Amino acid sequence: MSKKPNHITPPADTIEKEYSILNLGPTHPATHGIFQNILKMDGEIIHEAEPTVGYIHRAFEKLAERRPYNQITPITDRLNYCSSPINNMGWHMTVEKLIGCTVPKRVDYMRVIIMELARIADHLVCNSVVGVDTGAMTGFLYIFQWREKIYDIYEGICGSRLTTNIGRIGGFEREWSSDVWDKINNFIKEYPKALKEFANLLERNKIFMDRTINCGPISAKMALDYSFTGPNLRAAGIDYDVRVATPYSSYQDFDFIIPIGQSGDTYDRFMVRQEEMWQSLKIIEQAVKNIPKDQPFHADVPEFYLPPKEEVYNNMEALIYHFKIVMGETEVPKGEVYHSVEGGNGELGFYLVSDGGRTPYRLHFRRPCFIYYQAYPEMVKGIMLSDAIITMSSMNVIAGELDA
Amino acid sequence: MNENQFNKLKETLRVSFPEAVLSSDFTYQFPAFTIKTDNIYDVLAFLKNDEELNFHFLTDLTGFQTADEKQLGVIYHLHNMPKNIRVRIRTYFDINKPEIPSVTSLWPGANWMERETFDFYGVKFNGHPDLRRILNVDEMDIFPLRKEYPLEDQTRDDKNDKMFGR
Repeated sequence: MSKKPNHITPPADTIEKEYSILNLGPTHPATHGIFQNILKMDGEIIHEAEPTVGYIHRAFEKLAERRPYNQITPITDRLNYCSSPINNMGWHMTVEKLIGCTVPKRVDYMRVIIMELARIADHLVCNSVVGVDTGAMTGFLYIFQWREKIYDIYEGICGSRLTTNIGRIGGFEREWSSDVWDKINNFIKEYPKALKEFANLLERNKIFMDRTINCGPISAKMALDYSFTGPNLRAAGIDYDVRVATPYSSYQDFDFIIPIGQSGDTYDRFMVRQEEMWQSLKIIEQAVKNIPKDQPFHADVPEFYLPPKEEVYNNMEALIYHFKIVMGETEVPKGEVYHSVEGGNGELGFYLVSDGGRTPYRLHFRRPCFIYYQAYPEMVKGIMLSDAIITMSSMNVIAGELDA
Repeated sequence: MNENQFNKLKETLRVSFPEAVLSSDFTYQFPAFTIKTDNIYDVLAFLKNDEELNFHFLTDLTGFQTADEKQLGVIYHLHNMPKNIRVRIRTYFDINKPEIPSVTSLWPGANWMERETFDFYGVKFNGHPDLRRILNVDEMDIFPLRKEYPLEDQTRDDKNDKMFGR
């Protein structure tokens, strides 16, 4: 069934036709973020859409050129703020690639756990919001307490919840407490029930399916041409996932599948994210089970990793390194690296050029949202306004990442 | 990608475009080529459309300014997904004549990336359908990521740090 309703077409030249302009945004409760879309409407059908972006542009790339490497981590938090730990880890790994540092296997596994938790939090927000936009508030209200539990885990590890600044270059700031491990184990045990409940509410719900199937589809070819990545590309049927294509942080050790969709419509995007949450759980389970117990939680990179406080007071060398890191005087080698991680909604890339100084010479974030949002006008052409809203929320466009 | 594949790619490019490749390197296991600006569109079209190479996916497009502040650059990251090979293509041109052909006809997704590059570096992409500022306000009359616009207010002297020379 096509989503395009049949209008009665009057005979030519009998009625003067005029489009009305509708300003959707910049702050509209249905867009979940600061997006402006100037829509040219034919009744309730969108004839043309013109997105305006940049409302929360914060000049991250310019800021990064003045900051030492460890001070750039808080900037990356604010890209995709639904899954900050992935951005943080991606940045740490980029710097590690540049300085040629290999981290212990234990750190890799800890990173995998935290990144997959972040992916669950990200997808959970996106999917429950798709539910809200189709009129199903219940799923959102129930499932959101599980995001809260994930945030509790973040809090136990690094002390903050939304903009996490989690981990350091070389590893983690401290060993995870037994409380954190308990919370993780508890999450693995309890979350499937909640996710199953959420899935029962929506996945085979006739109203939800009618509403989302064939809504805002994108073909595989168009998705590739528009440089889509992440769940949105996979929903269109391309099995590209950075975790598998270019494994980082020991992802090759884990057994998981990449779910793909067929038609790239809202329902497929929803279902791909649902299945990815199950796969993330599977990865976390494996990581918790197989994590090496007798390894340190950080690599030996004294120039980048802050020494423990006791040593700073008693050890000359530790004091020097502490001073160098805090004052941002650590020089990094010259080089040019590109590192990408599978972020919450696509390939999050870091293109870093260092001229050997204390700050990057050039840092560019490849932000998946920014790149795939440009296909939005084409995807909503000819569909109804309410469908355009759910298309946008199912694409998971995050304002922070869009505008950088 | 390994060293052999890099050498093969280098040879292919050298045969197809004998004049265009200015330099190439393979640091951090990432093949990179610097191409003459005159040939950039042809080289990218060749990389995309050649069946053997098949760099069909534009991962990233961004601007760059060289350290002497006399040249601007554009950096392309291409990706061959079936073989999982990436390549970086750079091109540099004079800052006073920042013109380069647009690749929107090859990849529609280059549209906003080129607008962003124009917005921050002032690179004019010839043939771009809608080259306007994207993240900054339309009234802005500078290109903020250029090195001539330092981040901190240069009229302030309380920020001068003589001891560490920043």
